Amino acid sequence: MFVKENPKFVENKRLKLSNSQLKWETIFRRILIAMSVLLVLIILGVLATLILESLQSIKSLGIGFLWGKVWDPVSNVYGAYPFLVGTLLTSFIALIISVPFSYAIAIYLGEYNPKGWLSDLLKNAIELIAAVPSIIYGFWGLFVLVPIVRTFEMKIGVAPYGIGVFSSSLILAVMIIPYAASLGITLIRMVPSPLKEGAYALGATRFEVIRSVIMPYTRSGLFAGVLLSLGRALGETMAVTMLIGNTSAVANTIKDAIFGPGNTMASVIANEFTEADHTQYLSALIELGLVLFFVTVIINLIGKRIITRFTNE
Amino acid sequence: MEARIGIRNTKSVIFKGIIVFFAFLITLPLIIILLYIIKQGAGQVNWHFLTNVPAPVGEAGGGISNALLGSFIMVLIASVIAIPVGMMAGIYLSENPKTKLAYYSGLCVDILQGVPSIVVGIVVYFWIVKPLGTFSALSGSVALSIMMLPIVIRSTEQTLRLLPASLKEAALSLGVPYHRVILKVIVPCGFAGILSGIMLSIARIIGETAPLLFTAFGNPYLSTSVTKPMESLPHLIFTYATSPYDDWHNLAWGASFILLMFVLVLNIITKLLTRKWKVQL
Amino acid sequence: MESTIVKAENYNSYFGDNHVVKDVNISINKNEVIAVMGPSGCGKTTFLRGINRMHELIPNATSKGKILLDGENVYDMNAIYVRSKIGMVFQRPNPFPNLSIYENVVAGYLLNGLKISKADKDVIVEKSLTSAALWKEVKDSLHKKGTFLSGGQQQRLCIARAIAMQPELILFDEPTSALDPISTSSVEALFHELKTNYTLIIVTHNMQQAARVSDRTAFFYMGELVEFDDTKKMFTNPADQRTQNYITGRFS
Repeated sequence: MFVKENPKFVENKRLKLSNSQLKWETIFRRILIAMSVLLVLIILGVLATLILESLQSIKSLGIGFLWGKVWDPVSNVYGAYPFLVGTLLTSFIALIISVPFSYAIAIYLGEYNPKGWLSDLLKNAIELIAAVPSIIYGFWGLFVLVPIVRTFEMKIGVAPYGIGVFSSSLILAVMIIPYAASLGITLIRMVPSPLKEGAYALGATRFEVIRSVIMPYTRSGLFAGVLLSLGRALGETMAVTMLIGNTSAVANTIKDAIFGPGNTMASVIANEFTEADHTQYLSALIELGLVLFFVTVIINLIGKRIITRFTNE
Repeated sequence: MEARIGIRNTKSVIFKGIIVFFAFLITLPLIIILLYIIKQGAGQVNWHFLTNVPAPVGEAGGGISNALLGSFIMVLIASVIAIPVGMMAGIYLSENPKTKLAYYSGLCVDILQGVPSIVVGIVVYFWIVKPLGTFSALSGSVALSIMMLPIVIRSTEQTLRLLPASLKEAALSLGVPYHRVILKVIVPCGFAGILSGIMLSIARIIGETAPLLFTAFGNPYLSTSVTKPMESLPHLIFTYATSPYDDWHNLAWGASFILLMFVLVLNIITKLLTRKWKVQL
Repeated sequence: MESTIVKAENYNSYFGDNHVVKDVNISINKNEVIAVMGPSGCGKTTFLRGINRMHELIPNATSKGKILLDGENVYDMNAIYVRSKIGMVFQRPNPFPNLSIYENVVAGYLLNGLKISKADKDVIVEKSLTSAALWKEVKDSLHKKGTFLSGGQQQRLCIARAIAMQPELILFDEPTSALDPISTSSVEALFHELKTNYTLIIVTHNMQQAARVSDRTAFFYMGELVEFDDTKKMFTNPADQRTQNYITGRFS
């Protein structure tokens, strides 16, 4: 035998080691399970806390909270409508602006130029856009974008606030481009070559192949990418808070709604949470947080489900 | 027929032109923003800037040392919490993909990834700040760790899933117990992927402000106490950028520059890591 | 007799409700080379993995009956201990990519945190690699990672790794099916040398290999041990019609 010690002694040592190892195996498996359970507990905890702390507001204001047009903490009147409008406006305007860019990037990097130094450069640029913290977008937006928007507003004849829904939507648009873009790149690359080659063999141009083969094939996946971008936009807080002007009144006209100041659910929480000095006020803010939670989670989950269904086909 | 083909070809070329235009147009705002931050902020950074706390209003000078230290401490604590928990959960998900727990746990990871950071901040406020009676670095760290979890978990899970099953089998057949197989064979082989997930999650949270608004709050002084409020880079930027004072704006630009550099460096290191340390399988 | 090293008594294996190995009774002696052959899905690999308790690691995998190693039922023993006493070599060579060749050989000790002196480790590495006919080829690159080795060399490294644990019994699960012909013959030559010190059980789907390397051969068909006999007799004058059909290529 190799080792110089008494073989029987070695055997016994080994057996003892194996016995204690069995115990540790079980402990380890239990820890793995515990950590996964912890995750479920965190989500349940978040939900429970949000519901508990907004209970007072839910009970006293009821469902009318959602379309209440007045938010006046001084008079203890709380309505979520202004923030729903602000959130939806900023998110959808941001989406409309960003989607063409996201799609263009996805088509370019997925189909026209998937490899090479130029493609790597663009890919890195997109990742960089996603990596820049939102506070920096907000800071830059406040000092550079807002004056530009103000001049623009003067030119088109609206009240030149500078800050407001429009500026927020612009900066938001830049921030959410990477989400739909990177998903789009992956999806477009997944289109099977035989499908494209078949179309080319029939004499289709590049544009026609993209339009008639690639786009339909990836349509649901690209939609999921848009949903993910939307989810990101809905939850964005800091950049929007700095640019949106923090007004809780509902605008009179659509022009005012877009080019004037406003608030989103996230920005009003960020601004007023520490000022909420009585429980009714705080509870109403938390209820906004609850609504925000549900909306973003549902949109994100739908987006993710579509993607898993798509990638499993 | 010739004319038709000609028109179709022209359409194709125009389309490509539009695509290329839009695709590269987006780099413009990125470049403008980066250059502006560098221009405004790089000049602020000097030794004094890095080692002093902000000066009161009206006084020139001052720095961001409290925010630098604060960010460092809170990211450290958040990592200490999130890395083990995240890795363990990721290991469970990759090892037991078909169980009910894996389904619900995975669902919760997806949900957590979509939760807005401000909501995490409010919840941790009620969990820790209220019971403790004070804003604290601890609550800020906990909020940040919750935001780190989904990234660490998913990257661990995906890295380990790519490893061949034969690796585990070889170790088990030698009489190595399960926990040692995972910790001494599987995790080291997936090290590059797991580490890059960790670095990405850190890059994400050093720039997060919303979770810290009502947890760590902010502190004009240098502090190392976990149970007291603590300043952080993004929070300082927020406070000082939205203030009416030019001196404070300058501080915020300098801090933005530093923050941006950190994020960039972390992302570059992550890229180099994954390229270099991929274990050949 | 006392030279029996492995004995299966009414051994059955299941995947969930799927009865994959049916009532196997077999007795294997020390220093024999046993080939286990049969068509795909006949249960030969599942049976093999039952011996060193690797089978139960698969979710929903269960077994009934006894497998005696030196008289003791492995299913009454500590599973980790059983696996450390029995060596296994797999179909695809699987050296640990994050360990050097040296570390791979003593991986069974390293990964278990067993402390052995450097001198002892050196002895183990040299002896195991020599027994696996790999020492000359790698002795100057022991501290490199094994990824530059050919398939045959990697497989011999895995054999050395198994030998280093000083097992009495080594199980081989189709060890050459992923190798080229030259590597295959070098591994087959190894079987002949190894039998002086070890007992080998080799699952193979290659009949000719079974005929070449083994003393006795077991033929499995649809989960049953159909015939177990002297290799020469099995291939020239099998007792069971099913064995005869398999050998003549009626099914494979």
